[in-house]
Amino acid sequence: MGKKLLLQHINVPGIETYSVYREKGGYASVEKALKMKPDDVVEEVKKSGLRGRGGAGFPTGMKWSFIDKKTPNPHYLVCNADESEPGTFKDRYLMQKLPHALVEGMIVSSFALDAHTAYIYIRGELLYVYHILEKAIAEAYEAGWLGKNIQGSGFDLDLYVHPGAGAYICGEETGLIESLEGKRGNPRMKPPFPAIQGLWMCPTVVNNVETIAAVPHVLNMGGEEYAKIGVGKSTGTKLISACGHIKKPGVYEIDLGLPVQEFLYSDEYCGGIRNDKKFKAIVAGGSSVPILPAELFLTTAKGEPRLMSYESLSDGGFATGTMLGSGGFIVMDDSVSVVKNLYNFTRFYHHESCGQCSPCREGTGWMEKVLHKIIDGHGKMSDIDLLWDVQAKIEGRTICPLGDAAAWPVASAIRHFRKEFEELIQNQEKVKSVNYLQELIEA
Amino acid sequence: MPSNLKFSDDALALVHKIIKRYPEGKQKSALLPLLHLAQAEFGGWLSPEAMDYVASLLNILPVEVYEVATFYSMYNMKPVGKCVLEVCRTGPCWLMGAEDIVAYMEKKLNIKAGETTADGMFTLKTVECLAACGTAPVMQVGETYHENLTCEKVDSILNDYRANVKEPISHFAKKHIKG
Repeated sequence: MGKKLLLQHINVPGIETYSVYREKGGYASVEKALKMKPDDVVEEVKKSGLRGRGGAGFPTGMKWSFIDKKTPNPHYLVCNADESEPGTFKDRYLMQKLPHALVEGMIVSSFALDAHTAYIYIRGELLYVYHILEKAIAEAYEAGWLGKNIQGSGFDLDLYVHPGAGAYICGEETGLIESLEGKRGNPRMKPPFPAIQGLWMCPTVVNNVETIAAVPHVLNMGGEEYAKIGVGKSTGTKLISACGHIKKPGVYEIDLGLPVQEFLYSDEYCGGIRNDKKFKAIVAGGSSVPILPAELFLTTAKGEPRLMSYESLSDGGFATGTMLGSGGFIVMDDSVSVVKNLYNFTRFYHHESCGQCSPCREGTGWMEKVLHKIIDGHGKMSDIDLLWDVQAKIEGRTICPLGDAAAWPVASAIRHFRKEFEELIQNQEKVKSVNYLQELIEA
Repeated sequence: MPSNLKFSDDALALVHKIIKRYPEGKQKSALLPLLHLAQAEFGGWLSPEAMDYVASLLNILPVEVYEVATFYSMYNMKPVGKCVLEVCRTGPCWLMGAEDIVAYMEKKLNIKAGETTADGMFTLKTVECLAACGTAPVMQVGETYHENLTCEKVDSILNDYRANVKEPISHFAKKHIKG
């Protein structure tokens, strides 16, 4: 059994209240931080090797060190709680059950960044969690952890929650900043990066919920101790939200480096494939990462057992690997049509494209149309190459990574499951009959 | 255009509290939360009058409100039923049978996704991932998540709403606007 940090107290009755959270040692990291220099807090986070838990995996301490210290403008910390990546539901779980863990992390992180105003941008659909966070923040003000002169340290911090209103693109940090300014969530060109010019053109750090909630543990344990958990450059624990055709869907905290075989099949985690079906494919890090067939997921192309870590999951590059991403772990049994699943994902990206960049705005729409044509029984063999061509012309040609996120699922499905596309196209008269798709898969 | 709409006193108090969260001159940041309040206060959708009213509260141009309201999927740009049934249609929910749930609801309510029942009770809407993939299929009504949906569960949820809901249900629940 791995080390539990983030979820250690998640099942303690009343842990969402200040008094119980405090009894369990909550806010100790703030007490510790306030006695340190802000730069020393940054240094601990650097030593911990903590990487952004939203999907990109960028080293958190390094991101913090980019913040512009010379400007007279105020610094801002913004928490990205716009959890919208299909397959990902760890932040919702954490905030709903342990709101004070996020508040505590926001205080320590703001102190490290010399930020005196901080916002939690939460997706609008989670307005019920917005109210849970507001309550926790009010309790923290009351207990003297927020406001002026926190615990007599001279450090001031105001913390607010801000709701979005339904837009996947606002999970991209500059789209989020635009949205927080009361605009459409159109991502900005970079540079300048938010650490130089972010919210209201002031230095801003945007971090994921889980990243910020991990900071108190880094501080309590010390960066070096935290770095001892995990493997290589994948340090610490990670929340994985597991869903799809498994026996035990849910949010699990793992030590990075856990063998994927154990995570998927052990009763402590997913418990294996449900209904005694066969494991066919997986999207292991949220809908944007490449899909892998079962055998390439369990074992790398070199024949090594794969681990739940940033490096191991991406071993082999996109030819034979994938990404840890956000930890959205979507498991598919052999009843699933990969092409139909791809159509569903592609429709999602088309719906969520902000429309700024032509390759993404037009390309996602064309991919959706071509895929619909294939699953509707009107596909041609040349459509597979057309899809390949369109995705290749989106990738790397857009302001933000949504274009890449839309291209990768298409490329990986063709790479690993081309035969399924071909079968659908060859048998299109049958595809038009309602049950054929199911028959084909089960055959 | 002169508007007759006005927030309740409770909502206005909340508006002023929200605007103060942002630095002076940056009151436009309050736009998204205010539009949620407007939708809650003015019947579940954003009429041009409601958007103009919000523009006046924030001292911004109406067009700045329109361009934002039309960008975000939670804002309804036309009238909706008392209960908006927002069923997730994305990947993980689809894997667990969301398509069948939507088809069942369309048949049961005798409307297509995007439409409202003749009695004005229900609007059926398909939405993208609600971050509840472990308990798929999922539907949201106001601030409530209904998880692990089955046809039987849908029946009892709809019966319950039909019997008990008198006022429109909003994402920003009315109980949070009061005091």
